[in-house]
Amino acid sequence: MEYLPNIFFALILIAGLGFFASNVRKLIRNIKLGKDINRSDNQPARWKNMAKIALGQYKMVRRPVSGILHVVVYLGFIIINIEVLEIIIDGLFGTHRVFSGVLGDGLYGFLIGTFEILAALVFIAVVVFWWRRNITQIKRFFNKEMKGWPKNDGNIILYFEMVLMSLFIIMNATDVPFQQAGIGNPISQFVAPWFSGFSPEALHTIEKGAWWIHIIGILIFLNYLYYSKHLHILLAFPNTFYAKLKPKGQLDNLASVTSEVKMMMDPDADPYAAPAEGAEDEVPEKFGASDVTDLNWVQLMNAYTCTECGRCTSACPANLTGKELSPRKIMMDTRDRLEEVGKNIDANGGTFVDDGKQLLNDYISPEELWACTSCNACVQECPVNIDPLSIIMDMRRYLVMEESAAPQELNMMMTNIENNGAPWQYSQQDRLNWKDEE
Amino acid sequence: MNVPTMAEMMAQGKQPEVLFWVGAAGSYDDRAKKITRAFVKILQQANVDFAVLGTEESSTGDAAKRAGNEFLFQMQAMMNIEVLNGYEVKTIVTCDPHSFNTFKNEYPSLGGKYEVFHHTQFIKKLIDEGRLTVDDTNLKGKRLTYHDPCYLGRANDVYESPRDLIRRLGVNLTEMKRNKSTALCCGAGGAQMFKEPEKGDKDINVLRTEDALETKPQIIATGCPYCNTMMTDGVKFKEKESQVKVQDIAELIAEANNL
Repeated sequence: MEYLPNIFFALILIAGLGFFASNVRKLIRNIKLGKDINRSDNQPARWKNMAKIALGQYKMVRRPVSGILHVVVYLGFIIINIEVLEIIIDGLFGTHRVFSGVLGDGLYGFLIGTFEILAALVFIAVVVFWWRRNITQIKRFFNKEMKGWPKNDGNIILYFEMVLMSLFIIMNATDVPFQQAGIGNPISQFVAPWFSGFSPEALHTIEKGAWWIHIIGILIFLNYLYYSKHLHILLAFPNTFYAKLKPKGQLDNLASVTSEVKMMMDPDADPYAAPAEGAEDEVPEKFGASDVTDLNWVQLMNAYTCTECGRCTSACPANLTGKELSPRKIMMDTRDRLEEVGKNIDANGGTFVDDGKQLLNDYISPEELWACTSCNACVQECPVNIDPLSIIMDMRRYLVMEESAAPQELNMMMTNIENNGAPWQYSQQDRLNWKDEE
Repeated sequence: MNVPTMAEMMAQGKQPEVLFWVGAAGSYDDRAKKITRAFVKILQQANVDFAVLGTEESSTGDAAKRAGNEFLFQMQAMMNIEVLNGYEVKTIVTCDPHSFNTFKNEYPSLGGKYEVFHHTQFIKKLIDEGRLTVDDTNLKGKRLTYHDPCYLGRANDVYESPRDLIRRLGVNLTEMKRNKSTALCCGAGGAQMFKEPEKGDKDINVLRTEDALETKPQIIATGCPYCNTMMTDGVKFKEKESQVKVQDIAELIAEANNL
């Protein structure tokens, strides 16, 4: 009987981690629905980006208030995990504060004391975050794509963190021997008096209760990640690693188009020649992207990584002037559609069955796409190097090259380039007229 | 003005030091042509051995690419590359950040590899090499703010060479609240120049002009013919054209040097 809690603990631990692992597999499967793209070049620069941007939070602190608060929560999260390790060992082996014996009072007290201070700081930071999201009128938290689930998701994460941090402090405050030892309780010593009227048994029950709710809460939170924008705490790392290293202004030159154009421009090419063996693979089914499976896996990973912070949207000139485009919505739509496609595949035994929907029109409208100035403000702003512009460009390519659905004025501009070598209808023979005018 | 073409140079068996890529705006747009001429005057003052393509120049295809027409872009690119490689061009300078970006970043993988300069970089190079000096008395003390073109700034991280030139003018430079990597687009990029904006509360160029006017400038300087048009329109919209001039950095250098 005395091993019952340990067995129960082991079971919920296995269930929690197992369910998470199965969701991670699904996540990887969905990301791999994207087209292949080579992002394994220049590894030193990629590691450096990851260290600087994901680990070092370099781009977060460009906006100091949310940036510094975020660093507090982030450090708290990472460092308090040492405590979670102790909880797991205690839970599995029925020990109590196993590290105190191993590390000795001095070091253990210092560690737990640090955790308590961090927990308090995280709690304060999270309350400020909640205030910013719900009370102050920060525009990017009130955009129309932030209604319903995206807003609730943000708050649920904050509530989770408030509760988990409180439980950690309560657990310490009701641990009578720990309080009596007076080591490592800089915060909980002020909470302990709240429980002064309780019997030792009641205190012990509260402590055990807080301990159990804390670890079960952590497992629930872990499994909540997959369903939440909070997934960024994991994906920020690969996302910054695989992010584009080339200058922001550089768009890829579609290789499939290059081969066609070369053939068109080659005077020796035989227009009636049968395509070379295996050449069919060269030509894609379609140019550009109308659905998530036309995007590459980095773009799909970007969508799962997005935290919906809205820094992109708050810097987007189109959005700032009231136009439909919101780079954050582009990323949210891409993830929503990808999830829909993933569920479709799960429901149909591993293959996608046409559902009559696609990313274009059903989620993202041409009006949004055409409002983009390709200025890269969204790319610059993203704290984890997401590239919404690349998705916008791929979808424009589909609209133009597959559907000839550009706005009329752009069609005229393109006709002019084709006929006159300039976006305006001037004769190429007049190109040098400026030198004789004054 | 005396502007040699590559064809003329070749006929004389000469290879210029640099090709000046004028661009469509610089060739046809009346406002942008003034920037083109100002830059030519600077090149001439510094005795730069340059040539243009003239009637052999065509669109780089940037606007077509950003509009989504990769076919048209690559056709333009390959035709241009054929001409440029035919003349054995090694170095290109242009006043248009869009051409600059396209040559620098997008032509190489299609076979067009050149050393590419934006005109602000090239002028700075001329100064650093002692081939050009800037007179800082003519514009001394004028209040100036600089608008970063996206395709020079964020797209290629060129923030300092324009500012370096501005500092040499002796003007009083005040930065807008959104500047360098956080600068707001003028509203023309991504082929927006050639179409009406989508519906919204206001036009982007008006918002950007408001950013600029907050610094109470006498001059809004920029380094892109499209930014120039957008900011000029914005200043007109705000009915400030009698107080505020929109000028390219090349024009300011030419003015400072009485060219």
